[in-house]
Amino acid sequence: MTLTLTDGTVRYGTTVAVDAANLRIDAGEIVAVLGPSGSGKTSLLRAIAGLEPLASGALAWDGEDLTALAPHHRNFGLMFQDHALFTHQDVLANVAFGLRTRGVDRRDRERRAAAMLDMVGLTGFDRRAVDQLSGGERQRVALARALAPTPRLLMLDEPLASVDRERRDQLAQELHRILRASGTPTLLVTHDLDEAFTFADRIVILDRGRIVQTGSARDVWRRPGTRAIARFLGVTTELECPSGAGFVTTPWGPLTTDLAGTVVVGFRPTDLRVDPDGPVTGVVRTTWFRRDHFVVEADTSVGPITARSALPEPVGASVTIAADLDAAVLVEPGAPEA
Amino acid sequence: MARAARTLLVAGPLTFLAVFFLWPVGAILARGLVTDGSIRLHSLTDVWRDPGLRHVVGFTVAQAALSTVATLMVALPATAVLSRFRFRGRAAVVALLTMPFVLPTVVVGTAFRSLGITGSLTAIVVAHVFFNVAVVVRVVGATWRGLDPREEDAARSLGAGPVRTFVTVTLPALRPAIVAAGSIVFLFCFTSFGVILILGGPRFATIETEIYRQTAQLLDLHTAAALSIVQLVAVVGALYAAGTMTGRVRSITRTAAGRRVPTSIRARMLLAVGLLPAVILVVVPLGDLTIRSLAHGGTGYTHLATTPFGAPYSPLDAIVTSIEIAIVATVIAVGLGIALATALTRPGRRARGARLTELLVLLPLGVSAVTVGFGFLIVFDTPPLDLRTSWWIIPIAHTLVALPFVVRTTVPVLRAIDPRQREAAAMLGAGPAQVWRAVDLPVVTHAAKVAAGFAAAISLGEFGATLFIVRPETTTVPVAIYRFLSRPGATNVDQALALATILMLLTGVVALAGERRTRLETRLETRP
Repeated sequence: MTLTLTDGTVRYGTTVAVDAANLRIDAGEIVAVLGPSGSGKTSLLRAIAGLEPLASGALAWDGEDLTALAPHHRNFGLMFQDHALFTHQDVLANVAFGLRTRGVDRRDRERRAAAMLDMVGLTGFDRRAVDQLSGGERQRVALARALAPTPRLLMLDEPLASVDRERRDQLAQELHRILRASGTPTLLVTHDLDEAFTFADRIVILDRGRIVQTGSARDVWRRPGTRAIARFLGVTTELECPSGAGFVTTPWGPLTTDLAGTVVVGFRPTDLRVDPDGPVTGVVRTTWFRRDHFVVEADTSVGPITARSALPEPVGASVTIAADLDAAVLVEPGAPEA
Repeated sequence: MARAARTLLVAGPLTFLAVFFLWPVGAILARGLVTDGSIRLHSLTDVWRDPGLRHVVGFTVAQAALSTVATLMVALPATAVLSRFRFRGRAAVVALLTMPFVLPTVVVGTAFRSLGITGSLTAIVVAHVFFNVAVVVRVVGATWRGLDPREEDAARSLGAGPVRTFVTVTLPALRPAIVAAGSIVFLFCFTSFGVILILGGPRFATIETEIYRQTAQLLDLHTAAALSIVQLVAVVGALYAAGTMTGRVRSITRTAAGRRVPTSIRARMLLAVGLLPAVILVVVPLGDLTIRSLAHGGTGYTHLATTPFGAPYSPLDAIVTSIEIAIVATVIAVGLGIALATALTRPGRRARGARLTELLVLLPLGVSAVTVGFGFLIVFDTPPLDLRTSWWIIPIAHTLVALPFVVRTTVPVLRAIDPRQREAAAMLGAGPAQVWRAVDLPVVTHAAKVAAGFAAAISLGEFGATLFIVRPETTTVPVAIYRFLSRPGATNVDQALALATILMLLTGVVALAGERRTRLETRLETRP
């Protein structure tokens, strides 16, 4: 029950879209490939699906070589970014399609398709035309369609990209519940941090066709492999701090670590705050409002800092900054800059 | 395996084209150009030296240019209001204005002749406008409808008045479509045959009618071949211009917000002024034809069953023959055309030969039907392909004429299939055949129906090639009408009018039947 991609390379002409990628997905695991647009995520997904040939490398399922197997023989489910529903078929026929190709008889496949629609919360949508559905409904039909033939691997390409902002959180939770309930190993491809860290057990960071970090969601969130990854994951304040003897010394106190040498301690804007009790002092450079708080950029004694603030601190004002030290991100010394 | 399938799909149609198009046309050209085993171009320079032929070439260009300008003048205002306004009966007006395109030239020639518009340059130009309003309404209308109305809104919000907005925003966006439509119209007028023959009379000759005269009456193959080459060059040029411009026509984004209901008196006036010339031009000749065909107590119709003409075959037999031929030609043309279009639009890397194949398929559009007809006669005269007396020669010629239209209407529809639909089907376990059945077949069926209506209408009305290869027992309706018109006497005219009316109804019904959309097909077309 394990998918293994070994040194997978995808080329379009002379462009290398995916460069010698190694990837492993185990039973019941949800893996997210996260990277900025143009990083080769979709190419990686399509190569695993068999829709794009591997220029070199191998793909295997439990030792069975899949590299040359046609997509329709792989028994993988793929949910396309814009869903690619069959517009000339109704909802039920869409969901039942994968059962039809497997020769399931009409009664059984309609029963199973209806059960899938129940699972995604679209009971009674059987005869609806797919072009009359909302974005969220389409997404759920696409999910039901991909899961109906019980694929051995499910792949999702930016599953929430075409869903309205206000429905996203709710759909993300539903999707998560359904994925967990189905127990199908899942590969998710996205550029959206929320999407990746909401669903995934394991995160794979892809940058310009190369896998630059792999790890559990928690590890990747707390210990980005490089400063560039840290920035991609939302870190806006980077402070170089000395470490040794099991500690790194930050302006806000010591933090346990097994690292030694000069360590980059990173913070996301929400983990630093303007606070009268803060030990670090600085002068406000800019300030702006975001959703329910202000964001302040300040030049401080330890370097430039981006922090949140309850009040709109005027430019030039002196502020003191406190930190949520438990949320600090550590980047290993000597990690490459890019 | 995919490559083998593609080769197989292409091989059949290409063989057909090689045998029934390249061979006869090549034979004609060879006869004109080859003297004593070597290629001599003196027949080409002869065209230039002969003042009579020079006049023919000049007149062909002049009448085509004039017809194109006149067509644009009548059709653009109609297109403008049809793109701008929503009103009751709009669909009917569009159908009315686009229908003439499929009407046989002979029918239109007869209609204008019975109106007394005949024997003049005006008659020729008016008839050409009649036919080609449809081209402009379709080509320019599609682009106009697809324009993003927000661009005009932006111009208006930046202080541009309606006229300025039209000139600086709308017109530049439409220009490629107008040029493309114009070159297609020019092409059709340039190669026009039936209209010139019936309405021009002996005084007016274009390259096409001159080829007919030189081959059929003077048996001067050198001159005919040279004229064919001149025509071919001009046609390829026009096709090329149309092609580059079509490439520049912006991709269409469907917007429903573009059309308004004309509420103000000014808007209603505009609607009437825009539509009236085009509508009158279409309705009057056809209405007049129908009414006149019923004159003299409908004897035109009653005589059809009784009076034989020249041979023991009645005009009613011609109707049966025409329908039989149309059925056979449609089946062959749609079969070959769909196979070709499928091969040309297969996903994956475009085969190197695809572009060449596409060009070869479109070539019959440009080669004079008369040349094809005459080529048939000189090539297919020895067994095993002695087709001169065969019934099959006519449907085969009609297939050649219809095939480019079938391919042209089918290819864009097939190309519009979202490749991800095929991928989605494959991911759900569908093999190549199942993918084709699930994703392509519904679209192909729809395209085939439209193409079939088109092909049948073309076959029913085909005149130029048929005139050459027809035999008394295979007389088709257009040929019968032409024969009646060439004879003196009121009875003959009555019968011509009656036959023309019947043919008009037949082609109209056939073309409309193909266009009729089911709910599913409408859904396919409006796919987001």
